[in-house]
Amino acid sequence: MPAQSKAVVTVLGFDRKGIIAHVSTVLFQRGVNILDISQTVLDGYFNMVMMVDISEPTCSFTQLADDLNALGEEQGLQIRIQKSEIFEAMHHI
Amino acid sequence: MITSGEILETLHMIDQEKLDVRTITMGISLFGCVCDDEKRLASRVYSRIATQAEHLVRVGEEIERDFGVPIVNKRISVTPISLISGAIRDPLPLAEALDKAARQTGVNFIGGYSALVQKGMTRADQALIASLPQALSETEFLCGSVNVATTRAGIDMDAVKLLGQAIVDLAQRTKAQDGLGCAKLVVFANAVEDNPFMAGAFHGPGEGDCAVNVGVSGPGTVKQALEKVKGAPFDVVAETVKRTAFRITRVGQLVAREAARRLGVDFGIVDLSLAPTPAMGDSVAHILEEMGLERCGTHGSTAALALLNDAVKKGGVMASSHVGGLSGAFIPLSEDIGMIEAAQVGALTLDKLEAMTCVCSVGLDMIAVPGDTPASTISAIIADEAAIGVVNNKTTAVRIIPAPGKKVGDSVEFGGLLGRAPIIPVHPFSSEAFVARGGRIPAPLHSLRN
Repeated sequence: MPAQSKAVVTVLGFDRKGIIAHVSTVLFQRGVNILDISQTVLDGYFNMVMMVDISEPTCSFTQLADDLNALGEEQGLQIRIQKSEIFEAMHHI
Repeated sequence: MITSGEILETLHMIDQEKLDVRTITMGISLFGCVCDDEKRLASRVYSRIATQAEHLVRVGEEIERDFGVPIVNKRISVTPISLISGAIRDPLPLAEALDKAARQTGVNFIGGYSALVQKGMTRADQALIASLPQALSETEFLCGSVNVATTRAGIDMDAVKLLGQAIVDLAQRTKAQDGLGCAKLVVFANAVEDNPFMAGAFHGPGEGDCAVNVGVSGPGTVKQALEKVKGAPFDVVAETVKRTAFRITRVGQLVAREAARRLGVDFGIVDLSLAPTPAMGDSVAHILEEMGLERCGTHGSTAALALLNDAVKKGGVMASSHVGGLSGAFIPLSEDIGMIEAAQVGALTLDKLEAMTCVCSVGLDMIAVPGDTPASTISAIIADEAAIGVVNNKTTAVRIIPAPGKKVGDSVEFGGLLGRAPIIPVHPFSSEAFVARGGRIPAPLHSLRN
């Protein structure tokens, strides 16, 4: 089922250079394909939502989440990854 | 296609509005363990639970990680113990076995040290009720409950009398923690068999071998949604609550299905409840106040709660394939910061709470009363609450703590999710002779309803 292999990466924090580069590098290194990106910067506050394909990852979902979390801490951002079903369940019948 | 607005809204609900799944509770049948040797029965019960629930906590944590939604508690409920202890003399070894199984599996509570005595007590039921003070004061994770009344059977006043005394004894035995043991004992009328919430969870005799039941929460989410419709008519209020409840319940449904699949057991029900916590922004009382009441407990509180309770169910029902448990708004005094504040300023009294329980899920929950409250008064409070449940065909319950050595004006601190309870007054006039009668209050007539 394609729905089970998608996840959403959200990045929140103050804007700075290279946020997308850092996040995409982590995803690329772990075999995750970026399907869609939406990004806004409002009053210097950076807000990015990425839809990614996690059907062929090179590590576990937990590892991926930990790595993104670690990157977030290092960069002073809040980065998280969640399987997409939760958003579909909440907003679509 | 999911929009980024929807994604950010979900994150806001989780981060700022404290949306969470309150509990994944695995219900486990113990009927297969029955035997007439105390030690063997205890060891079978332990192995049955430790095996069946071995992966519960790990799977719960994985789901939490996958969907990014907090799952606050992982718990176990079992067949009411008095139903499997009929051939042994003393149920206490089973209390120890249950507690040990809870420790082994890493859950934070195990419920089902229970008896169903609405029409009468077997020898095993009597032994279990007699053992409650010791069982619940000498274990760490064990919760107990007794169903003393149903709409079809009436109220077993002999059991009500015994439980008033058991509650006082349990408070005395846990005096050092202000009677904390009483937080682990619920007295029900019309108890449900698939309730995932503690302390009243048990795996009813009509249930299968094993099922996962999920309790959702989210008072903060409802409160914030109502902040956006300030001053609007109640039609709008009800619609807003319904919409929010739908979303909250969809999360519960997703988690329940996923947990059942990963654990290889049946999906039981989603309990559509608004369960508050003592944290700021997670209060049912504050939802009522958002509707326009200065303080929860003032005139209008019962109507506000009735609307809330009904709208939560209407919104949630469509979001889940199986709804059950207690489903409604909880009003546990010590576990809700708005309730605590309302009781402290005298806006919320025991009598008003009793009225509010007529229109909401469950009943007098986590109420601390003076330590010198007589057992007969506690029994009479239970009888009143049971009468509300029996006549109105709904579940009601009493979880009351006569805090040893405390009087009105004091408060007791239970910590964590159990919160802090201001001691509220009970009526000083005696119910002793009323409770002493014993026997049964007959089942009510359910026609000629006016």
